[in-house]
Amino acid sequence: MSNPIEQIRGEALQSLASVTDSETLAAWRGKFLGRRGAVGKLFGQIGSLPQAERAAFGQQVNALQAELDAAFDARETLIQSQAMARDLEEGDIDISLPARPRRRGGLHPSTRTHREFQAIWADMGFHVYQSRDVEEDELNFSLLNLPPHHPARDMQDTFYTADSRVLLRTHTSPGQIRAMRELGAGGSKPIRVILPGMCYRQEQITARSEIQFTQVEGLAIGRNIRMSDLKGTIAEFAKRMYSPEAKVRFRASYFPFTEPSMEVDVECFLCGGEGCRVCKYTGWLEIAGSGMVHPTVLRNGGYDPSEWSGFAFGMGPERITMLKHGIQDIRYFWSNDLRFLQQF
Amino acid sequence: MLVPISWLKDYVDIDVPVESLAERLTVAGLEVAHIRYIGLPQQKVPGLQMPRSDHLVWDRDKILLGRIVEVKAHPQADRLVLAMVDYGGAEPEQCVTGATNLFGYKDQGEINPPIWSAFAMEGATVWDGHSDKAKRMTLKGKELRGIYNKSMVCSEKELGISDEHEGVIVMDHDDSYIAGAPLADVLGDALLDIEFTPNLARCFSIIGVAREVAALLDVELRYPSFNFLAEGEPIAGQVDIEIREPELNPRFTLTLLRDTQVKPSPFWLQHRLKLIGQRPRNNIVDVTNYLTFELGQPMHAFDYDKLVERAGGRPTIITRLPEPGEQLETLDDVLRDLGVEAILVADTAGALSLGGVIGGGETEISETTRNVLLEAAAWNNIGIRKTIKEQRVHTEASTRFSRGVHPSQAILGCGRGIELMRQLGGGAVATGVLDHYPRPPETVTVNLPIERVNRLLGMEVTLEAAADVLRRLEFEVELIGDVIRATAPDHRLDISSDEVVGQADLLEEIARVIGYDSIPNSIMADEMPPQWENTTVIIEERIRDILVGQGLYEVISYRFTSRESEAMLVPAGARSSPPEGDYVQIANPAASERDVLRKTLLINMLESAVNNARYQPSQQLFEVGKVYLGRGDLLPEEPLHLGILLTGSRDEPWWQGAEASADMDFYDLKGVVESLLAGLHIDDYSIQRGSHSSFHPGRSADLYINRERIGSFGELHPEVAARFKLTAPKVICGEIQVAPLIQQHQRLHTIMPLHTTPAVLEDIALVVNADLAAGEVEAVIRQAGGRLLKDVRLFDVYTGDQIPPGKKSLAYALTYQDDNRTLTDKNATKIRRKIIGAARHRLKAELRA
Ligand SMILES: [Zn+2]
Repeated sequence: MSNPIEQIRGEALQSLASVTDSETLAAWRGKFLGRRGAVGKLFGQIGSLPQAERAAFGQQVNALQAELDAAFDARETLIQSQAMARDLEEGDIDISLPARPRRRGGLHPSTRTHREFQAIWADMGFHVYQSRDVEEDELNFSLLNLPPHHPARDMQDTFYTADSRVLLRTHTSPGQIRAMRELGAGGSKPIRVILPGMCYRQEQITARSEIQFTQVEGLAIGRNIRMSDLKGTIAEFAKRMYSPEAKVRFRASYFPFTEPSMEVDVECFLCGGEGCRVCKYTGWLEIAGSGMVHPTVLRNGGYDPSEWSGFAFGMGPERITMLKHGIQDIRYFWSNDLRFLQQF
Repeated sequence: MLVPISWLKDYVDIDVPVESLAERLTVAGLEVAHIRYIGLPQQKVPGLQMPRSDHLVWDRDKILLGRIVEVKAHPQADRLVLAMVDYGGAEPEQCVTGATNLFGYKDQGEINPPIWSAFAMEGATVWDGHSDKAKRMTLKGKELRGIYNKSMVCSEKELGISDEHEGVIVMDHDDSYIAGAPLADVLGDALLDIEFTPNLARCFSIIGVAREVAALLDVELRYPSFNFLAEGEPIAGQVDIEIREPELNPRFTLTLLRDTQVKPSPFWLQHRLKLIGQRPRNNIVDVTNYLTFELGQPMHAFDYDKLVERAGGRPTIITRLPEPGEQLETLDDVLRDLGVEAILVADTAGALSLGGVIGGGETEISETTRNVLLEAAAWNNIGIRKTIKEQRVHTEASTRFSRGVHPSQAILGCGRGIELMRQLGGGAVATGVLDHYPRPPETVTVNLPIERVNRLLGMEVTLEAAADVLRRLEFEVELIGDVIRATAPDHRLDISSDEVVGQADLLEEIARVIGYDSIPNSIMADEMPPQWENTTVIIEERIRDILVGQGLYEVISYRFTSRESEAMLVPAGARSSPPEGDYVQIANPAASERDVLRKTLLINMLESAVNNARYQPSQQLFEVGKVYLGRGDLLPEEPLHLGILLTGSRDEPWWQGAEASADMDFYDLKGVVESLLAGLHIDDYSIQRGSHSSFHPGRSADLYINRERIGSFGELHPEVAARFKLTAPKVICGEIQVAPLIQQHQRLHTIMPLHTTPAVLEDIALVVNADLAAGEVEAVIRQAGGRLLKDVRLFDVYTGDQIPPGKKSLAYALTYQDDNRTLTDKNATKIRRKIIGAARHRLKAELRA
């Protein structure tokens, strides 16, 4: 009778050589190396052997187990590497098939621009002050140096409410008075705020004009605020908002609540100042109205204009968004059309 | 306003290119919107970008000043003539033309006094006068009805001066004209189209612009003469003035010209009026128009004889308010009912004209007028603004008076106007001016310390430099130490007598003329105000971010709506749900469907869904925006609300069809709401059965924070959905107040420690009455499970054959864990028993086998 150890060894190694997948391998392991497998049975026979043979037999079975373990590991490694190779070889998918849709979501472009503004101004020490939409005529006009029948009132077509003392603010500027009164502590404290918000004008709705639009107004009040500060601050904003090389031009203009007043142009970022359709071939884009706070407005905010000075500016986020994204029609903004919103 | 450079040069020398001038004016606040070139080339100025003009540039060698020597009949055509033009060549050139305005000279021999025209030689490019569109053509020799012709006399249209093509240009003789000179040197021009802001009322004339140009270029300003030659009887005794409303009519002046002749104006006057878009009428009316533009002082001319006739003798001009029910037919052929907001120029027989606005028809200048009474007056600008508003009439006069014309200008207009009329029509001017001036404006003097200029501008301006700017602007300047004492010139109404405001007015003038670009850029050196955070803004933005992170798109809607629209949210017979408050009613709405401010965001959300439905059956939208609630105060409350809307399939359709998803429902929106609350770290909230009438009563919920209902959400009520045609797919939406979210959010929430002890997982299924709310079951489980029950997750809800009717099975995955030690099976069993016991006892639940 042949040696049972040798017999099992031969049988095991022979069958292992034909194992090519992990399931068969697992079965092989159970058959030979499992608790009730062939090797296990050999261990079980030890007790029935004569005392003198036991040690030698035991050593042989141990050696067999070690050999088969090693053979198993080698085979497992081989099968895994073959499987990996096969997966690499055959497991291609058509990556050109459309992706599984994810819900992306998005902020309104107006919110995006406002956030950009707010971040830049916050860096420069200007904080957000929120003011109301439905406003008193007095704050929207009279206290801003626009008394009744002032010619500049023609510049703004106003929505009035049933109470003629109350209107929808035509600009964020009434917030200047509120901010001065609330934060200025009776004209004794400096202020740096921006006032973002929705404004309203009674206009025809066209591709270029809307009955509501957002504005961001800025206000700095102090004992020594200079016109050069206004220029420097706006130039700094333009650098951060448009480009570090942004050139800025200041033109004299008129707003009843500032004096001196100026319009701010930034070199057209679409053509680099060479002239294009968007900048009407002037090389400049109008980005802000600004000026030194009018003494009358300072006074109405509680400050003594012979001691305090300030500057203010106003910008139109929609216009800037339109320029940046080539939006031709301002009506897109409040249309809530997902085809528009999903492009941001 | 259009400002021809040729006209401007009457008063000021301009030695810079027109493009540079335009830029200089623009930067100084007189915005040149556009330059219109006539014949002259556009110049390229380094560093200046301009839109390229495609106007006709007149060839200096081929488009010339020509003298029409003689006009002969065309031998073969009645409607053509032959104009013999001296263009400086050896022989006059024969031009075949159909110009009707030359027919009068036909076969009259040599024309004397000579007339001049624009002559274009062969090879010259002009506009095609017969084409409706702008089309260039180059002159070539060809036969016209048997006569060879290679050049032409031109119409204004052919040269791009105006649209006129009835006849050719016919200019009066001028001794300075030389036949063959380039036409560009005579009629070449550039027109600045200037837009004036309201503070620039003083600039609203050619002289007004010239004054600015002189100051900006630092050159001399030449005023025209305002004197007149008076040879007639004294005006006193021929007419009287009575001002009854001096506040509205601070000054009224009259001059009288007798025995003049009304006829067409000479070429120069007609040409200037046409350049600025005015239609010439006759020499008298043209002069009044001319002065409106030249000086900015609108004038009015009356037929004096008609006034005498109406008065039955010496007329008295009365300025007064209208009588009740009074009417006036104005020059625009409108019979006007005169309200309270008008001041009339009248005589004893009745109204003559609407003061400062428009003349009346009856006393206007006609061809037969012999004697002209010329009015130059001053009107209160606010009064005129009210008249414009009431009468809805805009004229060149009212536009200027409504912005403010200084009363000092009236007397200048009177003198210059009557003298021009005399020169153009002949006659004798009465001696003197009848001048009633009850309300002269105060003379304004401002003291401006140079230190204040430097402090506010942030640059060093010398006393002398600042004073020089003001002098250039015709201020009277006196230097007292370091203080500039400046008296405003008598054409300005915009300098305030309030010391600080007046200083700002002067400061602006100094900065503007020095140039804003010469002021340096600086960083604020002033004390920095205390820095603070606006929590409202931070949380508002956080809310947006959380919702965007869940795949929602932010919308921003019109804040306008109508009562009718919002009423659509309320099912028939139901009561409207909060928010309560009165509508803010718009007195002058843009459209009737936008005549109030919204009280809810739901309408906006639904309208958005309707509009998008055509393209996007699946939508997830939100808006964070104000609503407006009147509460009896002058101003309404403006709370911020959050609106959310979901509709359509949960996932977008994809090519693996098996994964096509179901439509979104109540639970999707509940998930959005709870994720939002989790993101804001608000855990003290409850969601209860809905009470909002716009939602399906059984498939909606109210959100409570601190026992206060702060919002509602759910499936849209089927009746409401039907009104909006939003029945399929179902629309799930809601509205939540933002203020309580901001108030309740936790900025400093505590993080749970990460324990490493093993958790024990277990599933239990409880069979309960079908109408028992799952929330109650969970609450009982959590309470019974106590501290060691870490998580309860419902993973199945079953009703059907395997359990008794009227019952449902709720299967929960439970997680037990002790933070400090490993739980034994025994511990777990104990908790499980407690849970099952509590469920049996309090919910009559059975453990499902
Ligand atoms: Zn450009």
